[in-house]
Amino acid sequence: MAHASPTAPGLSHARPGGWQGIAADWSSDQRAFKQVSWGKAMMWIFLLSDTFVFSCFLLAYMTVRMSTAVPWPNASEVFALEIAGTHMPLILIAIMTFVLISSSGTMAMAVNFGYRRDRRKTAILMVVTALFGAAFVGMQAFEWTKLIMEGVRPWGNPWGAPQFGSTFFMITGFHGTHVTIGVIFLLIVARKVWRGDYDREARGFFTSRKGQYEIVEITGLYWHFVDLVWVFIFAFFYLW
Amino acid sequence: MVERSLGPADIVPPFEVEDVELYHPKSWLTKYVFSQDAKIIAIQYSLTALAIGLVALVLSWLVRLQLGFPDYFTFIDATLYYQFITMHGMIMVIYLLTALFLGGFGNYLIPLMIGARDMVFPYVNMLSYWIYLLAVLVLAASFFTPGGPTGAGWTLYPPQAILAGTPGQESGIVLMLVSLILFIIGFTMGGLNYVVTVLQARARGMTLMRMPLTIWGIFTATVMALLAFPALFVGAVMMLFDKTLGTSFFMPAIVQGGEVMAYGGGSPILFQHLFWFFGHPEVYIVALPAFGIVSDLISTHARRNIFGYRMMVWAIVFIGALSFVVWAHHMYVSGMNPSFGFFFAVTTLIIAVPTAIKVYNWVLTLWRGDIHLTTPMLFALGFIVTFVSGGLTGLFLGNAVVDVPLSDTMFVVAHFHMVMGVAPILVIFGAIYHWYPKMTGRMLGETMGKVHFWTTFLGTYAIFFPMHYLGLLGVPRRYHELGVTSFIPDSAHTLNAFISIAAFIVGAAQILFLFNLVWSWFRGRPAGGNPWRATTLEWQTPETPPAHGNWGKELPVVYRWAYDYSVPGAKLDFVPQNQPTLSGG
Ligand code: HEM
Ligand SMILES: [Cu+2]
Repeated sequence: MAHASPTAPGLSHARPGGWQGIAADWSSDQRAFKQVSWGKAMMWIFLLSDTFVFSCFLLAYMTVRMSTAVPWPNASEVFALEIAGTHMPLILIAIMTFVLISSSGTMAMAVNFGYRRDRRKTAILMVVTALFGAAFVGMQAFEWTKLIMEGVRPWGNPWGAPQFGSTFFMITGFHGTHVTIGVIFLLIVARKVWRGDYDREARGFFTSRKGQYEIVEITGLYWHFVDLVWVFIFAFFYLW
Repeated sequence: MVERSLGPADIVPPFEVEDVELYHPKSWLTKYVFSQDAKIIAIQYSLTALAIGLVALVLSWLVRLQLGFPDYFTFIDATLYYQFITMHGMIMVIYLLTALFLGGFGNYLIPLMIGARDMVFPYVNMLSYWIYLLAVLVLAASFFTPGGPTGAGWTLYPPQAILAGTPGQESGIVLMLVSLILFIIGFTMGGLNYVVTVLQARARGMTLMRMPLTIWGIFTATVMALLAFPALFVGAVMMLFDKTLGTSFFMPAIVQGGEVMAYGGGSPILFQHLFWFFGHPEVYIVALPAFGIVSDLISTHARRNIFGYRMMVWAIVFIGALSFVVWAHHMYVSGMNPSFGFFFAVTTLIIAVPTAIKVYNWVLTLWRGDIHLTTPMLFALGFIVTFVSGGLTGLFLGNAVVDVPLSDTMFVVAHFHMVMGVAPILVIFGAIYHWYPKMTGRMLGETMGKVHFWTTFLGTYAIFFPMHYLGLLGVPRRYHELGVTSFIPDSAHTLNAFISIAAFIVGAAQILFLFNLVWSWFRGRPAGGNPWRATTLEWQTPETPPAHGNWGKELPVVYRWAYDYSVPGAKLDFVPQNQPTLSGG
């Protein structure tokens, strides 16, 4: 967004630091967050709202896990795989988590190269991030298929509380949707980076605003958030 | 607030952000239908909300027909009755009030009042409206599905909401849940815009503490909505799965008609928590914008600065924050742990403090003011009265021990209609009378306006005040027919008939209002740019109605707060926010 660039460089000198700085910013005119563009502010606030969505999902999961009278299936057994004759609990989930966290790394690098206006590296790293994301969703699809073959349904499963399947499909499904949307956006933005839209400041089709490399960072914020949420799902659903 | 003369603090800071590049519509379609201009979106939101609100009004008539004259209108059977109250309640709260205050007034007033050209992301803002429209259409479609709309009550409590025996469980409930999910998605798109616009796109000189209280109200309400709607979203998604996939999130083991159902192990109370974590803040989502607007109406039409501006701002913020920790006062009879009741009763009663401060400040603003009894002012005064009477009964219901016997009686219906039905609706009317001249360039007819006010104000009192008494007698709410019971005297039935007649008169008065809206559009007195001689920025636009981009070439610069009325030494009795010196120029 073009609106990020402060046109009054003197401003940053005048700002006091720490809490006083925050108070000064909030009592000033025009902007409460001085270094933050509109797009970034909007993404942050959206993520705050989305945090509430995921928190509600996780709290609901904990509540039904307590309310059901039937024992809860043992997650580390349910999510175990036989690989080359050895029984490995949670192995797939471990790989999925590793993939997703790696994707956060490549995303962070993409943002870095974006700010250096390195068109090629940015685009490549974004595509790599998207591939990691797609791999994650692919493994999730595999896991879903495996569980469905074993008889897990939203309304019941062979091992215990039916809420196990309901919460599993609902929460991982909702998170997987977030990842999928992230992958799509990564690819769209990567394509624009590759074409040099942000070097030319090409205008958006609907918005007629100038494109900026900052969008890479905004996409990154979303991506890191989705990764972070996964850590909580991992901890509460698979490890508990 | 001493903002009388220019001090060193008034030196205008330089631009921090470049001027916005707007999308310039190329055709009639992108100008008036798929418009990205917040003002057009605002009018689209408002008209849609009023249209579906009219449906809710007609539904309330049908409900009153049955309650007032139970023996005459046999076509209203119990099924239809439940569908009517459910749809009435849900439409009024969500699709009318929330959409009108935030989507309607928020879109129109935020950019104009803070001196911006538009919302920060006009395209997303446009999508917000279209998704809202889709939500309304899905909701309306449920009237035409087999089985009809849901009759689960606007609270949609499971397990009954999705079980046989509840009207509309075939498909009405599914459409209702889908519509709510859509509404929330659409609202989020708009809401993000409102928040970021207020935080990051104000005019030069427009500090947060110079914003009109209207903006403070809408802003705080939007933040709350962004944090409260997620709970409803999650609740709706899970109930949708319970209904369509047979999951048991909210469903305990149930035997129906001698048959054991496939459900089991879920928690019905979980839904109540999710619903009211949204539901209570929702009350303030419609109340805070009303608080803000009323403050501005009173100040403008009494030609007096608002009393205790800072206190008013902090009260809004404090009420907004507190309202997230009171939700279970709706659940005193749900069987939750009684010691929770103590906590929630205490937090509930604490909210009364900032709320009372606001009421005192409104009254002190009026004190020795130069009160002009214009139509907007009448509605603002009506608001204060109805809000106080509704608020006082809230103190009864907030106490767990008093609430238990009153729960699910007409007393509750009377309370919430006074405080979140009538009071915000009066503000909406007042606001429309106040800002219509800016939207259209013409005044709304005053005489019709006054007739509208007096019938609505006195009429709603006639409707809802007696309900307190009925509630104390023990008349339950959500009952299709009272039949013959020992504790309900005959006079109560007569009273019910009286209430119904009052409801029809009030409803008819709204037709006058709609007529006024249309008539004044063509025939109203031309308003000029600033008919109320108000200080806030929206009245200082170069054109009325404001053009695309609001401000022409020059963005406004703000030198003072929004309440410089009757300043000693000033040439006029108001000093616009963008006027550098007292004497003008
Ligand atoms: C002329 C105006 C209105 C009239 C005559 C009216 C009348 C009624 C009646 C008779 C009921 C049913 C009470 C029962 O038996 O349970 C009801 C319920 C309700 N009304 Fe209104 N109402 C009006 C306006 C509003 C407004 C503006 C709101 C907005 C907040 C509103 C919100 C509700 C809600 C939430 C319910 C509860 C529905 C339920 O029980 O599920 N009403 N109204
Ligand atoms: Cu409440």
